[in-house]
Amino acid sequence: MKKILFFVSLLASTMAFANTELQLDKAPVKLSDQASLQRGAKYFVNYCLSCHSAQAMRYNRLQDIGLTEQQIKDNLIFTGAKVGDTMTSSMSKKDAMVAFGAAPPDLSVISRSRGADYLYTYLRSFYRDDTRPTGWNNTVFDKVGMPHVLYELQGEQVLEVEKHGQHEVKKLVLAKPGKMSPAEFNGMVGDLVNYLAFMGEPMKATRMKLGVIVLLFLGGFFFVAYALKKEFWKDIH
Amino acid sequence: MSQNEVDRSKRRFLIAATTAVGGVATVGVAVPFLASMMPSQRAKAAGAPVEVDISKVEPGMILSVEWRGKPVWIVNRTKEMLDLLAKHDDQLADPKSEVEQQPSYCKNATRSIKPNMLVAVGICTHLGCSPTFRKDLGAPDLGADWPGGFFCPCHGSRFDLAARVFKGVPAPTNLVIPPHKYLSDSRILVGEDSKGA
Amino acid sequence: MNSLTNLLGWVDARFPLTKLWKEHLSEYYAPKNFNFWYFFGSLALLVLVIQIVSGIFLTMNYKPDAAYAFYSVEYIMRDVDWGWLIRYVHSTGASMFFVVVYLHMFRGLMYGSYRKPRELIWIFGMFIYLALMAEAFMGYLLPWGQMSYWGAQVIVNLFSAVPFVGPDLSVWIRGDYVISDATLNRFFAFHVVAVPLVLLGLVVAHIIALHEVGSNNPDGVEIKKHKDPVTHIPLDGIPFHPYYTVKDIVGVVVFLMVFSAIVFFAPDLGGYFIEDNNFIPADPLKTPPHIAPVWYFTPFYAVLRAVPPMFGSQFPGVIAMGVAVMIIFFLPWLDRGPVKSIRYRGPIYKAALTLFVISFLGLGYLGMQPVTPLFTLLSQVFTTIYLAFFILMPWYTKIDKCKPEPERVTG
Repeated sequence: MKKILFFVSLLASTMAFANTELQLDKAPVKLSDQASLQRGAKYFVNYCLSCHSAQAMRYNRLQDIGLTEQQIKDNLIFTGAKVGDTMTSSMSKKDAMVAFGAAPPDLSVISRSRGADYLYTYLRSFYRDDTRPTGWNNTVFDKVGMPHVLYELQGEQVLEVEKHGQHEVKKLVLAKPGKMSPAEFNGMVGDLVNYLAFMGEPMKATRMKLGVIVLLFLGGFFFVAYALKKEFWKDIH
Repeated sequence: MSQNEVDRSKRRFLIAATTAVGGVATVGVAVPFLASMMPSQRAKAAGAPVEVDISKVEPGMILSVEWRGKPVWIVNRTKEMLDLLAKHDDQLADPKSEVEQQPSYCKNATRSIKPNMLVAVGICTHLGCSPTFRKDLGAPDLGADWPGGFFCPCHGSRFDLAARVFKGVPAPTNLVIPPHKYLSDSRILVGEDSKGA
Repeated sequence: MNSLTNLLGWVDARFPLTKLWKEHLSEYYAPKNFNFWYFFGSLALLVLVIQIVSGIFLTMNYKPDAAYAFYSVEYIMRDVDWGWLIRYVHSTGASMFFVVVYLHMFRGLMYGSYRKPRELIWIFGMFIYLALMAEAFMGYLLPWGQMSYWGAQVIVNLFSAVPFVGPDLSVWIRGDYVISDATLNRFFAFHVVAVPLVLLGLVVAHIIALHEVGSNNPDGVEIKKHKDPVTHIPLDGIPFHPYYTVKDIVGVVVFLMVFSAIVFFAPDLGGYFIEDNNFIPADPLKTPPHIAPVWYFTPFYAVLRAVPPMFGSQFPGVIAMGVAVMIIFFLPWLDRGPVKSIRYRGPIYKAALTLFVISFLGLGYLGMQPVTPLFTLLSQVFTTIYLAFFILMPWYTKIDKCKPEPERVTG
């Protein structure tokens, strides 16, 4: 009985949170842009796969975004995996627990649980916070365990809070520029998120295409079936 | 009356048309369901060609690797072993490898690409046991004229060192030679050949 | 052709094939005035078949094991050829089953299809609905995502609110102190074997009962009252086959268009059919921020939350939820109206049914929303209307000013 009360109160309290939703930036997801997806795949294996895994995703599935098996082998596999293997992380779960306090989540379907906009905003919203063990915090994911992996590219942001009477406006300001300009960095994260969106549901393009065919077929079926029905129902008065 | 006739043929046509379209729909639904029973990407990845380093296989030795869940033997045959191969054709069921148990490039006297290196699937063609490697000439249990080869413990089938089956044993055919190719002198790829299978 | 006739004769001498065909199709006389609402019975049967077939094929690759379940679903989605299609068909089918069944039940409410002599059809139908809820609830655990896990956790915990035996009861249901591998495994057994068998049996009973007494119709008058004196065929009846088979084919095709549109273009339907949080593997240590049941349960979930705990117990809410479901069973005996169909009912029943539908939809909406004082109040109002619709029914259907029923069905 106490448990129920606990759950109900938990629901109540957590639901109150859900109301103050963050403004997320729109992610430039374009699954038909193979060049972007290929760049994104490259960023993904370079920057994400050292700690995160994508255990549902096979390397050879990247053929769907226009790469050949040889290209995948030569440019995207650093772990000694075979081209038919799934994307496992080079870091063990145990090491990750020690390093970050929590195992980095598998990223196979992260775009489906979080949404592309969330990922796009999250990856661009790290800021310096010396109170955190990693030295980084994030406006989208407060007290995040993940360090800012892309800081060399983005540079360092700091959080500035402006007070307008009652409410505060939080703003991220680039304090130390990185190797990329803000526009370049946004483009890079855009590619990466585009790839993550693809990886969340690699069959999406296929299902859309097939859907058109199926609906056209059923449309034709409707006319035949309707004509049949009308013909028979002439008998009924 | 004539009105009725027209109706009837129209009805027949519409029934046929609906049945046809419905039939197409049924087939269209059945295909994905039945296709889902084919080997999955995981099974295909597990059954992918296997790369083997053969530099460690000394003459007269055997190396067993797994390919598609089956043992594949790689035997480095010595000069003496190869010389013996031609001397017992009369005892073999299919000395010339007429039955398609090997890729065409292995349809030769040694059943191999390089004469000394035998690559064979180690599954008896009788009932699927894995025979043992018996290179001991004239082994007491196999007879004085045993030229070395493979002996299946399940039902006593015998194969020579080119994996050819002897006459008068349960196994009907020679052992299977899988598609394979040399990536370099010391590495072979089992499961794929130059034809790009 | 002749040999076919011979074969049929051979079979008929041993099995009543032709007899069954005649009784249930070619000589089953259905009222000629079925409208749009009469598509949903055959559609429910179609969805049942879709679910059974797609379910069988999912079972070939799914692993009911806490360590593998989540990724075995992704394995089906990616590594199994066409697995994604089969999975989306099954997940869409689950929701569409409820869409169809809710519309089918609403049809019954409108035209009084539960009234004498069709009480048993209604009772069997309600058991189908209960079995369907059990089937859906247990099936939802199988993907082993966060919503699967915490949804099951919350619902199974409801049983612990039962006085005295509650805590033991919920432990027994789970086979563990939390939702775990044991729970997953037994839910799998129930979902794929036990409940489908029960469902199939109930569906057969539902149809046998229907064909015994004959179908109701939008006018709510009995077509058997006026039979042809020679043939004894109801004057307003037409053979189900071919007339309603060809009509139902049209309905099936239109339904499949909607179904395919969802499967191919929006399989998660904005989080209503597949929830976003269910793409996170189940984690017993981390509750997702917002737990809501899948849409088809939310009306009853809202009833549960509308009732405040009394004497420090959540039990009254659980009771209210149970009553909200079970009271529907008694509809045939609560309705005292002189006519069946809404076409001839008076203004009171029309108003009552409208209010009922609004509260049901309202509760469905509120069940998905976070709890706020306003929403709780609204849930309480809607719950009251919902229950009043049934409890007051014997009274308001009796005093309602009904129009006279026609003797024969109208157009």
